Amino acid sequence: MANVPKDLKYTREHEWAKQEGDSVRVGITAYAQEQLGDVVFVELPKVGAKVTATKNFGVVESVKAVSDLFAPISGEVVEINGELSQKPETVNQDPYGRGWMIVVKPSNKGEWDQLLTAQQYEDFLARAAH
Amino acid sequence: MAHSAAAAYDKLIFELSSPGRVAWSLADADVPEADARTLLPAKHLRSEAPALPEVSEFDVVRHYSRLSRMNYAVDTHFYPLGSCTMKYNPRINEDMARLAGFARLHPLAAEAVAQGALQLMHELARDLAEIAGMDAVSLQPAAGAQGEFAGVLMIRAYHRSRGEKRTKVLVPDSAHGTNPASTALAGYEVVEVKSLANGEVDVDALARTLDTDVAAFMITVPNTLGMFEPRIVEITELCHARGVQVYMDGANLNAILGITRPGDLGFDVCHFNLHKTFTTPHGGGGPGAGPVGVKAHLEPFLPVPVVTKAGDAYALDWKRPKSIGKLQAFWGNFGMLVRAYTYIRTMGPDGLRAVSDNAILNANYIMKRLEKVYDIAVPGPCMHECVLSARRQKKLGVTATDIAKRLLDLGFYAPSTYFPLIVEEALMIEPTETEAKETLDQFCDAMIQIARETETTAAVIHDAPLTTPVRRLDQTKAAREPDLRWSRRP
Amino acid sequence: MASRYIANTADEQKRMLGVIGAGSIEELLVKIPAKVRLARPLGLVPAMAETDLIRHLKALAGKNADADSHVCFMGAGSYDHYVPSPINHLVSRGEFFTAYTPYQPEASQGTLRTIYEYQTMIAELTGMDVANASIYDGASSLAEAALMAHAVTARNEIVLSRGVHPLYKRVTATYCEGPGIRLRDAAGPDGVTDLEAARKVVGAKTAALVIQTPNFYGCLEDVAVAAEIAHGAGALLVVVADPVNLGVLEAPGKLGADIVIGEGQGLGVPLSFGGPNLGVFAAKKELVRRMPGRLVGATVDSDGARGFVLTLQTREQHIRRAKATSNICTNVALCALMATVYLATLGRRGLVRVGELSTAKAHYAAERLTKIPGISLRFAAPFFKEFALKLAKPPERVVTRLAKQGFLAGVPLKSFDRALADCLLVAVTEKRTKAEIDGFAAALEKAVA
Repeated sequence: MANVPKDLKYTREHEWAKQEGDSVRVGITAYAQEQLGDVVFVELPKVGAKVTATKNFGVVESVKAVSDLFAPISGEVVEINGELSQKPETVNQDPYGRGWMIVVKPSNKGEWDQLLTAQQYEDFLARAAH
Repeated sequence: MAHSAAAAYDKLIFELSSPGRVAWSLADADVPEADARTLLPAKHLRSEAPALPEVSEFDVVRHYSRLSRMNYAVDTHFYPLGSCTMKYNPRINEDMARLAGFARLHPLAAEAVAQGALQLMHELARDLAEIAGMDAVSLQPAAGAQGEFAGVLMIRAYHRSRGEKRTKVLVPDSAHGTNPASTALAGYEVVEVKSLANGEVDVDALARTLDTDVAAFMITVPNTLGMFEPRIVEITELCHARGVQVYMDGANLNAILGITRPGDLGFDVCHFNLHKTFTTPHGGGGPGAGPVGVKAHLEPFLPVPVVTKAGDAYALDWKRPKSIGKLQAFWGNFGMLVRAYTYIRTMGPDGLRAVSDNAILNANYIMKRLEKVYDIAVPGPCMHECVLSARRQKKLGVTATDIAKRLLDLGFYAPSTYFPLIVEEALMIEPTETEAKETLDQFCDAMIQIARETETTAAVIHDAPLTTPVRRLDQTKAAREPDLRWSRRP
Repeated sequence: MASRYIANTADEQKRMLGVIGAGSIEELLVKIPAKVRLARPLGLVPAMAETDLIRHLKALAGKNADADSHVCFMGAGSYDHYVPSPINHLVSRGEFFTAYTPYQPEASQGTLRTIYEYQTMIAELTGMDVANASIYDGASSLAEAALMAHAVTARNEIVLSRGVHPLYKRVTATYCEGPGIRLRDAAGPDGVTDLEAARKVVGAKTAALVIQTPNFYGCLEDVAVAAEIAHGAGALLVVVADPVNLGVLEAPGKLGADIVIGEGQGLGVPLSFGGPNLGVFAAKKELVRRMPGRLVGATVDSDGARGFVLTLQTREQHIRRAKATSNICTNVALCALMATVYLATLGRRGLVRVGELSTAKAHYAAERLTKIPGISLRFAAPFFKEFALKLAKPPERVVTRLAKQGFLAGVPLKSFDRALADCLLVAVTEKRTKAEIDGFAAALEKAVA
């Protein structure tokens, strides 16, 4: 079973979200990067862009697959991981750490509670496997 | 290391360059030659000659001859690529396309001095219409994808002409990628329709999806699992009852020549891949030709110009106010049209029927011989191709890709892999009618050997290919660090 | 009767059916409903023997006035340039022309290497960073460039110079219909684009300014000024160029182009009544992920040896489907191979020579032809290898008359632009001799007298 850190929240589209003060850091899960294989390209929004929960905010690509990235939470993008344009492999190597994608300043804090807990996400993965 | 002799060659033409060598021959100027610099303002002139190679003619001939030997091709290897119809490319086609009256004809030559070319186009369009049971055919689309685009645009124009604003086109999840791409390009929202597990259209689900926003339903017959859609007539009737046009992707037409016709099945539009069914060569990726056929109600919307005949004279008709417009600068991939025309005349009606009969026979023969060692996607009989799944092999660590690579070592090109998307570890095999039984047997023996190796000596599969000019290539590196042009190493 | 393209004998068919467990091929067709089966043979001409068919096709071919039987002064996007002999021989190697798209790279290194060479040569000629493996023709390349500019800039208008090939514009209009991209004209009354007028049309909604040089009328455009206008408005500059001219003419990339497209037919591809042609497409590297069509990249194999693969495929329809950058799949790879062999053969100095000779002969012809009473140059702007003549007699009739005397006199412009109904577009390549030009002048003089 893929690594699912307890202190994060998750989406069914395999993004993780981490509360950091007033902001939320977002990336894709270890399971997602495994499914995708070697990541070769990540397309992220610009700082200042607005993202909407459950809506597409970017794209992650492997050699033969493209996956849309879905925002766990609505708000304004306040930071993006510039390193990924040069080193997309970071997403494979450290999905919960240096492979983060964007930081969002949430506009609707209520959405946080809609996200899956680590336990719920693990159950979701277990069901998907059968 | 078991590399073939071809592997010893690792040059690009630039690396053969030796300043001062020439491969060209141009006469000295016989007109008073002024320097281009005095004829043209300096701002338009190149300051430095382009960095092209300097080689001898023999350098050119040997280099490209050696490169050619690094390919597998229909001429040299069995090429069972599903959906691609890799059949023999007749040599007479090549000779005819190279006749000066065709190959050296300027596209804007006056109609009066291009009558032979226009006659050929007119007759080919008529023949294709007969083969597909359609009322009119445009030869202009350059490839299947452009034929699809044209077809969907005609459907759009048709609905508009009736004052209908439909916004969606339905495409099955088993479709070729060009179907959704062409449809989206034509301005439609693409709605993917889930197929049944056996690849057939889920007619009940379709009936629920066909609302007044749906402009067209686009399907491939036989479908991409190589099966004839048994409820096809019901499907086209259902669509028509809801005002929905039905488009047939003609990629698999090789299966039905003289057996049944898209028009008789109820389709309003279909395209032809002349580079599949009608033996124009694939050329390493093109050129092809993708004529599009329509029923009478769509004829006013055909691309301009349309080749017409009045008495004994052929002409290009541009006065078609409802036309969707133009797709190519000129009239179509004429060189490919000459080849297809030659082929249809060579085969005649009985010959074309025999094409499909034997294509179907060959595919069923392969499916039967392999059905014990591989899972088959859908029980037969199949049409002109069959889809296997390597899911059993995958449990032992051997994927469809591995099998494909091992086949290269055993002297065969690979089947299409991972398509259609709805079959796990898909291996899609289309033998075509031009292959002999002994070739099919050798291929089946190789497939059976690989299945056996999966259980015994899987390493030989994982190491494959060993006999090709290069071994497995690093696709990840290619995508992460794009190197798309040569430059001299410092 | 047995077909020479089908190997199975009746006996082999029987044995294969035995393995399948079917009594006949008919039994394999059970899924096809009886009511849609074709109950008659197809209504086609019966099969012809090879010799009869050759006779028939030669008769059809013989009805056409081609550039071998006639001296060709026609252009307008399709030119009678020199085609070195090795091209036909090399593209006729079955290993090239009967291969499929190189999806299994280990078994397709020949094709992949030639495409990589092609990309390098086109990038060099156009002065761009990357070129793709080809689009269908110049017109569809322009259409794809318009779609790409729309995607890159998220703007909805394309401004096209009046000097852009009218048929390319029509194709672009077809492609822009779905996405709702608006095409606007930038005037060009004097043979070249009025760039100051264009400056007023190009604005915040403009995705790209498109300029062709030499333009449809043969005249050279000021690309650098067009670039300044486009970039000043945050738009891209798309330049339509004929790559065979780029031995002599400046690379559009050096003058500020963001995308360079063109018709590569002049690079060793037969006229072939207009197709297949060669759509050239090159761009700056920042735009590569929005590019249409296939791209070949260099990489290494598992032993570390150099090898080539199709790359950045996630842009394409077979992966991205409805969201692909383009719907193109089949391209014109074999025509790109012709161009590769052509450019290898002509090389650094030969291509320059082709351009020098073409322009020298075109200028000689223009001078010679305009000495004829009743003939003048329509436009004063500098031209390269093609120019518009104003004739005292209807160009269509002149063309018909000269065809009977062995000349393809040029392209009458009436059907492209009513205002130019009295004009004939004449192209002169390096292949034309002084004797041919003088003979043409003599025939033309009589025709307009």
